[in-house]
Amino acid sequence: MESYVWLIPLAPLLAFAVNILFGKRWRGNATALVGIAGVLVSFILSVLIFAEVLGTEEFHAWNIELYSWIVSGDFDVGIGFYVDQLTSIMLLVVTSVSLLVHVYSIGYMHGDPGNYRFFSYLPLFTFSMLMLVLANNFLELYVFWEAVGLCSYLLIGFWYTKQSASDAAMKAFIVNRVGDFGFGLGVILLFVTFGTLAYVPVFERAGEVSAGTLTIITLLLFTGSMGKSAQWPLHTWLPDAMEGPTPVSALIHAATMVTAGVYLVARANPLFNEAAGTLQVIAVIGLVTALLGATIGLVQNDIKRVMAYSTISQLGYMFFALGVGAYVSAIFHLFTHAFFKALLFLGAGSVMHGVGGETDMRRMGGLRRYMPQTFATLVIGSLALAGFPPFAGFWSKDEILGFSFIQHHYWVYGFGTLASFLTAFYITRLIAMTFLGEPRFDTHAVHPHESPRTMTVPLWILAGLSVVAGFVGIPPEAGFVHHFLEPVFAAHGGEAAGEGGHSAGFSLEVFSLMAVATAVSIAGILLGLAVYARRVPALDPQLWAGRFKFVYRMLYNKYYFDEIYNALLVRPSRALGNGLWRFDARVVDGVVNGVADSVADTGGTLRRIQTGFVGNYALSIAVGLIALVGALFFL
Amino acid sequence: MYGNNALGIPILTIVTLLPLVGALLVALLPKNAANAIRWTAIAIAGIDMVLMLVVLFSYDRAGAGFQLVDRVEWARGLGLEYYLGVDGIAVLLYFLTSLLSLVAVVYSFSFVNHRLKEYYASLLVLETGMLGVFVALDLSLFYVFFELTLIPMALLIGVWGHGRKLYSAMKFFLYTFAGSLVMLAAIVSVYVQTSGRPGGATLNYVDLIQQAPNWSYGFQTWMFWGFFFAFAVKMPLFPFHTWLPDAHVDAPTAGSIILAGVLLKMGGYGFLRWLIPLSPEASVNFAVVPLALSVVAILYGAYITLVQRDLKKLIAYSSVASMGFTVLGIFTFTQQGVQGAILQMVSHGLISGALFLGVGVIYERLHTREIARMGGIANLMGVFTALFVVLSLANLGLPGMSAFVAEILVTLAAFRVQWWLAVPVYAYIIVSAAYMLWMVARVFYLGKPQENHEMPPMKLWQEAVPLVGLALLSVLMGVWATPFLETMEPAVSALLDYLPIAPDTGTALLP
Repeated sequence: MESYVWLIPLAPLLAFAVNILFGKRWRGNATALVGIAGVLVSFILSVLIFAEVLGTEEFHAWNIELYSWIVSGDFDVGIGFYVDQLTSIMLLVVTSVSLLVHVYSIGYMHGDPGNYRFFSYLPLFTFSMLMLVLANNFLELYVFWEAVGLCSYLLIGFWYTKQSASDAAMKAFIVNRVGDFGFGLGVILLFVTFGTLAYVPVFERAGEVSAGTLTIITLLLFTGSMGKSAQWPLHTWLPDAMEGPTPVSALIHAATMVTAGVYLVARANPLFNEAAGTLQVIAVIGLVTALLGATIGLVQNDIKRVMAYSTISQLGYMFFALGVGAYVSAIFHLFTHAFFKALLFLGAGSVMHGVGGETDMRRMGGLRRYMPQTFATLVIGSLALAGFPPFAGFWSKDEILGFSFIQHHYWVYGFGTLASFLTAFYITRLIAMTFLGEPRFDTHAVHPHESPRTMTVPLWILAGLSVVAGFVGIPPEAGFVHHFLEPVFAAHGGEAAGEGGHSAGFSLEVFSLMAVATAVSIAGILLGLAVYARRVPALDPQLWAGRFKFVYRMLYNKYYFDEIYNALLVRPSRALGNGLWRFDARVVDGVVNGVADSVADTGGTLRRIQTGFVGNYALSIAVGLIALVGALFFL
Repeated sequence: MYGNNALGIPILTIVTLLPLVGALLVALLPKNAANAIRWTAIAIAGIDMVLMLVVLFSYDRAGAGFQLVDRVEWARGLGLEYYLGVDGIAVLLYFLTSLLSLVAVVYSFSFVNHRLKEYYASLLVLETGMLGVFVALDLSLFYVFFELTLIPMALLIGVWGHGRKLYSAMKFFLYTFAGSLVMLAAIVSVYVQTSGRPGGATLNYVDLIQQAPNWSYGFQTWMFWGFFFAFAVKMPLFPFHTWLPDAHVDAPTAGSIILAGVLLKMGGYGFLRWLIPLSPEASVNFAVVPLALSVVAILYGAYITLVQRDLKKLIAYSSVASMGFTVLGIFTFTQQGVQGAILQMVSHGLISGALFLGVGVIYERLHTREIARMGGIANLMGVFTALFVVLSLANLGLPGMSAFVAEILVTLAAFRVQWWLAVPVYAYIIVSAAYMLWMVARVFYLGKPQENHEMPPMKLWQEAVPLVGLALLSVLMGVWATPFLETMEPAVSALLDYLPIAPDTGTALLP
């Protein structure tokens, strides 16, 4: 299979090229089918590669050089592929979710005049994302890091005539550029430190570099992760990104692209392992983000925004897992989250499709009668997110929390569990407001309907995956996924890399932690049901919002981050630009024109002698020249 | 020593002077034979482009020294020579010149209608001037070509421009001419300085670089500053840039394409070809000045671009920032810095040339350059929008396009000189994304044009083909930069070896 790796990204790239060049003229589902064909090829090849990686004993990572991209002095960077266990899992996640989203989009995007653009950008994204996980050096990673950002920009702004969509796309790109600013400097420092950017030599020599340098490098790389994976304080773009078509939110802003930051840290684990300070920063930022996202998600009314904050929060989980050294758990959660969050988003899309594009949950309710399949699959996704056993999220999330506890990171465990409770609550709220109770929309004007098969079938497949995906991680820390990924994180030594140090598998401690996690999850769900389904009067949300007005306002306005950034960064930048522009016109250009004017004044005096304007210049030039040349010769 | 000519024919002379001959031909045509004039100009620029491909393919990329040399000592006693040759620093810019000249000539076909003869004659004379600048290896010849570009460009702005065209033309002319005069004085003193040597006075590049290291530090200082202003104005480097926005806004589209695409590069090329070799020790010591100015230029230009309301001014100010990368790269005196600088010149030539052509596409239809009066063009001209957006992305340094490679190389070089220099320099990528995307949203996505105008699709050969071609070249350089960098490598290495610096440390700013 080694010699066929290049086909994996090529297939969707070709699909993109065909659709963008010819798709506009095609009718029906032709562009969708081209896109699906491309991604299907990638998917099949990814499965084959996964099988080979799995089936080979003592598998050695493939490092394939494709061609030399930039050679300048000692700066020698190529384009190539690096395939190991981590890559093969990422390939599976990306191609499978992408394939399902493509199929789903046939129904969802049906009749949209920009159809061909949609089915061009989506394969382009898939190509970029595959290249991102296949890259074999940091600059190549950076390139496709920005390329997925570009696709995200294009797809968020898909309905570009809408001001909010256009603004959101721009915001996503610029906020990501802030992250990439750090990432790029990190790549440069990495090169200056190691003299190369290729993964293999960099990871081999990670131990030889001082911890201080590695801390700076990894902090800079992590800045990129914060942008791409929407971690506080660079999280503000992701909720706005919901302006894009919902399948895009599922694929890019939930399942794949936003997890690239997690992938980066996991991929560069030999560097991060040597930088304890950075890991602490990552743990704190992850935890802050997990709580931030979960709390904001409690009070939002837009179905997609709730899910966006949920994504931010779950990404925070992955990061604090990385921060405490639980690399496998982080990737495991990335894996399960990809399926259940894609399911949740596609389910939300199905709801929106059914109720004519409405996203405000206050104008929904009682939809389970109209769209039973969407309801059933969304409940499965919600249970997975809420960490309810035996659904996928339970195993991965429980493992992260359990690991933190066992490794004595009690504060991480405590806050993580709190976030877990909030998660169960807000997702129950979402289900209750959307599907339960009585319709709160005008049943004469809106006629909800179940979505077509192209949409429900992907939902059911993802629902199935949301149930079983967690089983690869049983028993905790000794399951299939742990053994499979062990070489990636253990190969470069370091005790933190191997998740050893305590007894893996089922033990009394693990069982008690599971029991606690289950209890927390059930408590959250029950409270959610009591408030939003049973509508217990003492728990009336408006009552409590009134009692804690300040808290409610903070949460409802997302802690005012957008306003703060506007006041502190956006407006001052424009003011600075305007100030400099005025300075440019008055001072810099003023001096130039001043000199010219004084010359012209002299010219005005000379004009009495000279007749013509141009002649003046010619004369002064000639005189000046002669004087100058003469001076040089005779001095 | 003076280089060789593997081809055996004076190809550089032919390529360089053909447009001048073309200009004479155009001048001889009757005034009212409009299409004959147009087609003659296109034929000349086209043939020149074909011959340029001959140059490109007969150029040995691995070869050091000058190639395809043409050398005649036309005034033996005076030590003045007719000496043309290309090396890795020049060859890509030489190619770029004839490419963008062809684009400009073809573009003008239906959009220029008065004083045709003078128009095309100016364009063709301009082409010869620019081509000559990149291959002249005798200082006197270089000066002639350098000045030869001045008048036709000023005419293009002053006669075929819009708005305050006379003011802008005059400003362009006087400002750059003032810089050139100082350079002329410097050239004369080189002549005087060398007249005392055994072989008599010389202005020949190869002879000069053998003597320059022995010149007194004082004389080298004079060389540095004497050449500095001419090239800094041309670049244009902050704070000598204020002629550029005015010139662009009032220039006709073809003029802007040439101005941004090629004319600015004569400054960067001048630094590399003449200023640095003639003041080896002084340029190492004074490098801190252009380094500081270029870092200021990058952020200063970027922030001013952020608030521009005129589409042409926006791209003009963004050029100030982009050209800052060129100066910065050059004066780091590292392999990555100088190669990145040259790559940035070629890349910016392609991108800004195409962007200005794009502005022309809009201007011809909406008759405005004010961003507020545009809008919603994506709904009216889909293919054009796609092209312009791709070029805008190239301009904001999206990886996979040429500018990214140049900028990352220059940033790396800056980092190696002083690590903290890289921080403000790389912050550019945030601001550049902001202004380009803001512009794209305003012009293409949101709203609709203020006045209702017909929006016919792009003219194939005048508008669509050049835009596609230039964008593709930028992509090619972006995804496979190695061949371009390899072309420059021997010449850049020779230049760096020539300088009194320790290898790999670049500019000795660190104590």
